[in-house]
Amino acid sequence: MTETFDKPEIRTPENLVYSKTKVLTDNVLSYCPGCGHGTAHRLVAEVIDEMGIQNDTIGVAPVGCSVLAYNFFDIDMQQAAHGRAPALATAIKRLYPGKFVFTYQGDGDLAAIGTAETIHACNRGENIVIIFINNGIYGMTGGQMAPTTLPGMPTSTSPYGRDTHIMGNPLKMTEIVATLPGTYMVTRQAVHTPAAVRKAKKAIRMAFENQKLDKGVSFVEIVSNCNSGWKLSPVKANEWMVNNMFPFYQLGDIKMNGELVK
Amino acid sequence: MAKITGDIVIDIEKCKGCEVCNTACPQEVIGMSKEVNSKGYNYAIKVNGNCVGCANCAVVCPDGVITVYRAKV
Repeated sequence: MTETFDKPEIRTPENLVYSKTKVLTDNVLSYCPGCGHGTAHRLVAEVIDEMGIQNDTIGVAPVGCSVLAYNFFDIDMQQAAHGRAPALATAIKRLYPGKFVFTYQGDGDLAAIGTAETIHACNRGENIVIIFINNGIYGMTGGQMAPTTLPGMPTSTSPYGRDTHIMGNPLKMTEIVATLPGTYMVTRQAVHTPAAVRKAKKAIRMAFENQKLDKGVSFVEIVSNCNSGWKLSPVKANEWMVNNMFPFYQLGDIKMNGELVK
Repeated sequence: MAKITGDIVIDIEKCKGCEVCNTACPQEVIGMSKEVNSKGYNYAIKVNGNCVGCANCAVVCPDGVITVYRAKV
């Protein structure tokens, strides 16, 4: 029999430091091993749990890897047509002004087919939270090139790397919406290390708190990995993300309290 | 001086073996098993008893499979 290193004597409720929040269901997440989606889901769920707004929150699921988000959150969810989550969230928030409304979108959804809806919702200053997961690739459909794909980054539809002369330049949605008057808070975070996860959670918490102020859109981008699409192991994908994604998509607050951060 | 000790409980059926917890652990408590779970993943296991209950592994785990306890002894 092998040694287990268990310490059953300290496994008591008063010693509990961390366990999965009850706002997430017990369903096994449909994401690949090591995908940042799972961490981002958990952060949103923990914020909802800590604020005690489980019964007052309505989420909008996108099309993409996270299309099944309604199976994982134990809150009211709707699933929008491709890219139309901000439009649907607008309607929900206007019909139920007292509810907390958030959209959870990937880059293929928010930055490609949903560009118009996103920009107009941000420009109107709808009082919603937009969580934007950016991994620079269309993960669900097989790793095709997305508008956010980095220059030179190989994907299944740009196997020799993205050539910006032919395929155009990557789109920094977060910087674009930060210039619009309707956004109140715009930030870019990551979830690859414990420190980054804790920081991202604070940003998501602040975004949900901002909904009480009725000041406009709170936009949280989370730069994430796509180890299946990038054809790397999860740990290697995180390293690749630090070395290649972060220089282009720089982490940090871009707009706080309605003012651009210098 | 009070010493802090910790323990983690890993839900091995939900673990997908991504090894992100492995790199986040400052005490090098977590390794990967040679056996696989019912989904075919080499799940995370404890390889020593040095856990201090910092919860770094649980915070980065994408699937939320780790529960952390911490106590003074």
